[in-house]
Amino acid sequence: MYSLMSSPSISSSSSSFLGQTHFDSRNPNACLPTKDSWICKCVATPSTETTAHTTKVSRNANMAKLQAGYLFPEIARRRSAHMLKYPDAQVISLGIGDTTEPIPEVITSGMAKKAHALSTLEGYSGYGAEQGEKQLRAAIASTFYGDLSIEESDIFVSDGAKSDISRLQVMFGSNVTMAVQDPSYPAYVDLSVILGQTGQFQKDVEKYGNIEYMKCNPENGFFPDLSTVSRTDIIFFCSPYNPTGNAATREQLTRLVQFAKDNGSILVYDSGYAMYISDDSPRSIFEIPGAKEVAIEVSSFSKYAGFTGVRLGWTVVPKELLYSDGFPVAKDFNRIECTTFNAASNISQASGLACLSPEGLEAMHKLVGFYKENTNIIMETFTSLGFSVYGGKNAPYVWVHFPGQSSWDVFSEILEKTHVVTTPGSGFGPAGDGFIRVCAFSHRGNVLEACKRFKRLYK
Amino acid sequence: MGWALMGSNMLAWFRPCPKHWATDGSKRMGHSWSLGEHGRVICGAFVLKETGEKNIQGFGHVDPRFWITLICLPALFCHGTKVPRNINMERLRNGYLFSEICRRELEHTQKYPHAKLIKLGIGDTTEPIPDIITSAMAEHAHALSTIRGYRGYGAEQGNMELRNAIAQTFYRDMGIKANEVFVSDGAQCDISRIQMLLGSNVTVAVQDPSFPAYMDSSVIIGQSGNFKEETGKYENILYMNCGPESNFFPDLSNTPRTDIIFLCSPNNPTGHAASRQQLEQLVEFAKANGSIIIHDSAYAAYITDESPRSIFEIPGGREVAIEISSFSKFAGFTGVRLGWTVVPEELLYSNGFPVIKDYNRIVCTCFNGASSIAQAGGLACLSSDGYLAMNAVLDYYKENAKIIMDTFTSLGLKVHGGKNAPYMWVHFPGLRSWDVFNEILEKTHIITVPGTGFGPGGEGYIRVSAFGQRESVIEASRRLKNLLK
Repeated sequence: MYSLMSSPSISSSSSSFLGQTHFDSRNPNACLPTKDSWICKCVATPSTETTAHTTKVSRNANMAKLQAGYLFPEIARRRSAHMLKYPDAQVISLGIGDTTEPIPEVITSGMAKKAHALSTLEGYSGYGAEQGEKQLRAAIASTFYGDLSIEESDIFVSDGAKSDISRLQVMFGSNVTMAVQDPSYPAYVDLSVILGQTGQFQKDVEKYGNIEYMKCNPENGFFPDLSTVSRTDIIFFCSPYNPTGNAATREQLTRLVQFAKDNGSILVYDSGYAMYISDDSPRSIFEIPGAKEVAIEVSSFSKYAGFTGVRLGWTVVPKELLYSDGFPVAKDFNRIECTTFNAASNISQASGLACLSPEGLEAMHKLVGFYKENTNIIMETFTSLGFSVYGGKNAPYVWVHFPGQSSWDVFSEILEKTHVVTTPGSGFGPAGDGFIRVCAFSHRGNVLEACKRFKRLYK
Repeated sequence: MGWALMGSNMLAWFRPCPKHWATDGSKRMGHSWSLGEHGRVICGAFVLKETGEKNIQGFGHVDPRFWITLICLPALFCHGTKVPRNINMERLRNGYLFSEICRRELEHTQKYPHAKLIKLGIGDTTEPIPDIITSAMAEHAHALSTIRGYRGYGAEQGNMELRNAIAQTFYRDMGIKANEVFVSDGAQCDISRIQMLLGSNVTVAVQDPSFPAYMDSSVIIGQSGNFKEETGKYENILYMNCGPESNFFPDLSNTPRTDIIFLCSPNNPTGHAASRQQLEQLVEFAKANGSIIIHDSAYAAYITDESPRSIFEIPGGREVAIEISSFSKFAGFTGVRLGWTVVPEELLYSNGFPVIKDYNRIVCTCFNGASSIAQAGGLACLSSDGYLAMNAVLDYYKENAKIIMDTFTSLGLKVHGGKNAPYMWVHFPGLRSWDVFNEILEKTHIITVPGTGFGPGGEGYIRVSAFGQRESVIEASRRLKNLLK
């Protein structure tokens, strides 16, 4: 019988499930519910193991390859455990990149308006196009890709980047090889494992077999040395980069597009933080000539409009992107959308449209500006304490170096001594060890207080 | 050598691309392309002969039938990646059924722009959502603009209050706990996530006919093997015939073992709700075979008799079944997007590992929670006032179903379903269902769904849905009586 993780029961966090131990704690004296023709016999069973029915369905071997839980529920779990341990502590969360500031009213009014309209005959709408509302697709195309020749029909609206990456992986299937940045957003690797693209996890190197990990560190300016990267079918690339916070330059992306072209690879480009860019770094892969023939771009309203709970994003699949047999990738993606998805919520989409109105855009920029100011404060703090600090300028993440130390140890120490939740770099990949990611999503007061505590700990 | 691409936007001459054209000028490959909607088609990179410019996009006029056979015209500098297309995607047949219905509807509208089209095809709800529910959603929207009311990421498994409410409302006496309920953005997405959970190495049985997503998602994930034209079936999927002779339920005595059994009850498309006895047999069958039942109960609210509303009403159901359901058809949430899946803790893989643990991992990795606004709406649906209000809308659709059933019955046609589901399954013996679909559409401007869209067992049947405004349903009945009397 499987032995299960046991941890204190926790109420509301996303990982609370992991903390519950119902499996082996079921009351051995429980009765079956009484039904007409059933006789209920209450017996004390010695243990559930001997009477539990197991199916004959084999567990998916790919699920068995996954190491522990997904990173962020684990962070949430530790946070909750810490709060139980220190019920009076003011825990500040700069870990999970979760937005905290209220959504501007110009946007939520659009949301509420749509909700009310659903109660009227004229305003009611049922199933929407799986690819998204035409108006919203057009607004996304013109707002973000105005002079890049990306059209409304290239845009697929979704319930967010994570779901999109999942659907892209389902579309690619198990017979493709993939490359990721190391460190990187954990969903790319985990989804690759689930879809059967990888080998087993190799504990000695902390990597899955059959994935090409493209190391990104201070030495290479957090951009992979492409001359050392083997060819893979798919390359996941995030810029501005989560977790290190830097944005790739035009020159770097031009080399990346060329690399993908030379290798016949498909680039899955995650640009969910593009609005945080402060300098001339490209905001879309499609700013690079030739990118339409090699790239898919995934983005999201989450970090621009505080839509982490509302759920809205999009993926661009250019018509020019073709498989080796000439078949257009967009056609398969469309089929995936129609079969495994049923469109983003119409209320979320209505609010997306409100986001892209002139007032909405202005409001979003203000919100982004607020978090950028948080980022500056955090960056200044760690810099003043003598740390090597990366990122921050073009993303809401600060990547702090703790040379020679295990990032989970640093995470635990910071949590224990300052009650501030961060994210350990190794959670994003082996090259993340020795780093801590501090996110800028919090109320200003919390950011200032957290920085005060960091100064106390590290002065 | 050059070819003209004639279109409303552009006329140009092109040079042949050596990648796609043999040196003797014969075509190496062609593409067909469907956008499913009006749009401009990019033909790929080509060279304009006169100017010698490279990699310029061209435009083509979209044929009214939405299919363009592109004789691949890219010129010398076209680029295709070296990424192999997923063979499972190649195995899919045509477009997804309901996208195909949409396409034909659009085509028909263009052909008869003045006809009043009545849509009894895709099961899309039409009646406004009761105020009590939309006000809750609007209130939540407003709250998101306040410091106290703002919420970011929710738990991927769903808001705990909602999970509790679902457990209490639908599974009160069945021992289903809130932590076994996973809130989602709808059944179609959940089916796909369940398939990701199960992986490609399981065998699957579906009812024939059945909701196409079970089959299509099975193909996509790699469980199905190839499609066999001669049988109209995928070689590795077990099709459990559900026709009138077996009372629209699989004949389990003749059903080989599979790992997974998809069962929808009340059934889409036949409208049949499995009896308690039938479900008991199924649970016993699954237990004896060590199989997992994926029970789709999205239409349970339409049941008017004693038929079970959940697989977990059946003793032993918890050890063999996962249940999916949805707010779509009882709350009008087809656009709002909210559903749930129940994975009981007792459900174990062959090695004893709890399925719920893996499902939780899938939900945390592939998904980021249903929209918080939809969830707020869901909670309002399950309040006592909300529930009452929803039942009024349900009654409205049930009355529609009755009208349609009576119509077909009065015409002497055998009609199944309707009593426990918003679908009527009408038999047209000896006729092909796409032909009947076309004739009904052409002559009465009513959209239905041809039975074969749901599997070869659907041949000779048409599915008519009860979702529509009363006047439309009455008008449709009138037109059908005229056509079929």
